[in-house]
Amino acid sequence: MTKKITDILFCGTGGQGVLKAAEICAVAAMKSGLHAKKTEVHGMAQRGGSVESHVRYGKRVFSPLTITGHVDFLVPFDRSEADKMAVELSKTGINLIKYLDISEKTLENRFFLNTFMVGALSRYLDIAEEHWIEAIKTVFKGKHTDENIRIFLEGRSTRI
Amino acid sequence: MPVKNNLNAPHALLSGDEALAQGAYEAGVKVAASYPGTPATEILEYMSKFDEVDCQWSVNEKVAYEVAYSSAVAGVRAIFSAKHVGLNVAMDSIMTSAYTGINAGFVVVTCDEPGLHSSQNEQDNRLLAKMAKLPLIEPSSPSEAKEFVKKAFEISEKFDTPVILRLTTRIAHTKENVLVEKRQEQAKKHYRPCFEKYVMVPKNAGARHAELEKRLARLKKYSGSSSLNAVEMGDKKIGFITSGVSYLYAKEMYPGASFLKLGMSYPFPEEKVRDFVKKVKTVYVIEELEPFIEEQCKIAGIKIKTKDESFRVGELRPEHIPLIVAGDKKKHTEKLSRKPVLCPGCSHRPVFWVLNKLKLNVAGDIGCYTLGASAPLSALHTCLCMGSGDTILEGFTKVLGRNVVGVMGDSTFVHSGITGLINLAYNKTNTVLIILDNSTTGMTGSQPHPATGITIKGERTKKLVLEDICRAAGADNVDVIDPFKIKELEFLIKKRTGEDKLSVIISRYPCRLVERRKSSAPLFLMDKCKKCGLCLKLDCPSIKKEDDGSVSIDAVTCVGCNLCVDVCPFGAILKND
Repeated sequence: MTKKITDILFCGTGGQGVLKAAEICAVAAMKSGLHAKKTEVHGMAQRGGSVESHVRYGKRVFSPLTITGHVDFLVPFDRSEADKMAVELSKTGINLIKYLDISEKTLENRFFLNTFMVGALSRYLDIAEEHWIEAIKTVFKGKHTDENIRIFLEGRSTRI
Repeated sequence: MPVKNNLNAPHALLSGDEALAQGAYEAGVKVAASYPGTPATEILEYMSKFDEVDCQWSVNEKVAYEVAYSSAVAGVRAIFSAKHVGLNVAMDSIMTSAYTGINAGFVVVTCDEPGLHSSQNEQDNRLLAKMAKLPLIEPSSPSEAKEFVKKAFEISEKFDTPVILRLTTRIAHTKENVLVEKRQEQAKKHYRPCFEKYVMVPKNAGARHAELEKRLARLKKYSGSSSLNAVEMGDKKIGFITSGVSYLYAKEMYPGASFLKLGMSYPFPEEKVRDFVKKVKTVYVIEELEPFIEEQCKIAGIKIKTKDESFRVGELRPEHIPLIVAGDKKKHTEKLSRKPVLCPGCSHRPVFWVLNKLKLNVAGDIGCYTLGASAPLSALHTCLCMGSGDTILEGFTKVLGRNVVGVMGDSTFVHSGITGLINLAYNKTNTVLIILDNSTTGMTGSQPHPATGITIKGERTKKLVLEDICRAAGADNVDVIDPFKIKELEFLIKKRTGEDKLSVIISRYPCRLVERRKSSAPLFLMDKCKKCGLCLKLDCPSIKKEDDGSVSIDAVTCVGCNLCVDVCPFGAILKND
């Protein structure tokens, strides 16, 4: 297996912003000069069903899918989906479920859960803050940009 | 394709669909036609932002194919795209267009769906390329999709043939860094009428068939020398012959191995394959679904190792490659997936509620409303292919009698349901068809269609009036009803199923994802609730069962359709004005 690739798995249910979160992450990796791949399924899966998005980045990525037992970070938006997906993590992999717990107490609007979780994830990744901010601007195309950046920074400064 | 780490180059994070459209745009494509279908929809959606390209959502895939094909014959580069089963709809024209050839470049994109995430089957359209005798191009990633579609246009013009380009879900819906470049305009090619080439009467078609065989032989030579079929020599003890996204899975797991990557897998580059196999000790064929490469190797007497038959079903994953190498069977480790449901406030829900209550046999079709099939609504009993809601209705009515209705969506009805309605009328069948009209193509992400009166570019156009076309087709009664008037709806369905007439009921209410109508969530009165569970049978994502057997209504996701208010027999849910 080619390592030095960072593998991230986002999971949740339709309508939670899982795919947008993964998109921000992949764009941020691309903006920092790396090769990024993101994969997911659309259509039927969107209607409230389970949603997962795989992001892999590094110097050169082959498989768009992550490999069971080799995922570095699990970013869950839903508790039962997180339980189901925990098997995907590697032995040293990090589950960000605690940030989901914190968000339930601190986040006033669930609409912004995705940028909060991306902020939390960004604490662990070697991607400069400017690239994250650029990525948020690119992905949201100017919609609620300031609010999204504020929530992102909130997630980014959350300690567990 | 390696990605250059050049921060100054204009890279964008594009999906395989978007990158393919970008590549076709850069190749000077002038006409693009499609019908929405996962995972192909985004090709045309991305293309529609370019003013230089005449884009259209066609009525169905057959129409789309012929519009794009004829544009190419008339002299400009054209592209057709569809999901795998969409190609079936266009197959009649595809088969004979291989005979006539084209003029300017014509690329036929199929997006196959191993793993059927949002499809009714997982057919492998590489077999259709072979049947139609058309060259087949298989990129493995979005950046290759962009490069290979340009090659496909060149091959199309060099050999005067439609070229099939195949993506799968994992390419179509994977995003990666893709280099965005400038468009190269193409001069319009001269069109001249040619009886022998374009009029496929038996005598001409026979001659063109002979021509097609000669063309295939030339294409086989080309595929043998083309850089699309690339050898990457590594460890000579183990090698892989592979194509599409399977290449990336094998490369991920065995980066040091030798590879023969088939970017043009048909016509089969037999000599190149034979040569590769000679140089490498053990060679495995890695491919999703059908044994397409495998069979061609075996026909040529080339010794290869192949996957166990259990891998012919479902999507391949990187973890599967070592299993294939070990000669093992596929391990079933599928996770329980949350089932998709109709959205809160979906206008299909009241219809299925009534159909369930009336215990009717329901001939169904393909769209969001197929979700009405699963429990507890359980009020849709067939899903075969697009446009089958009213044709299956006919067979059911003949055999099962009048305890039957058909349902189909507005976009599906326009796609291929109109002929079925004419057939019902012409063949004197009295029954009831319900058109679930949410005024959009819902499941694929809200695309417009003829009955919306809007084009893909958002312009107003002639609007197909469903009531008028149903009457013209021969319906005796055409009723239009707001499905949230649930008592009237029930009365109407009972009335029409009891008559000896051909009736169409148009259940019309806009999709909640298009018109975000929202009212206050109703109030739940705990003391009146008898815990009967009837409201839960609506299968509404906003109504949740609590541990004590009562329910709660999620005011954030609820859109205030008040269907649960009408359904509760004890007045425990109150409208909140």
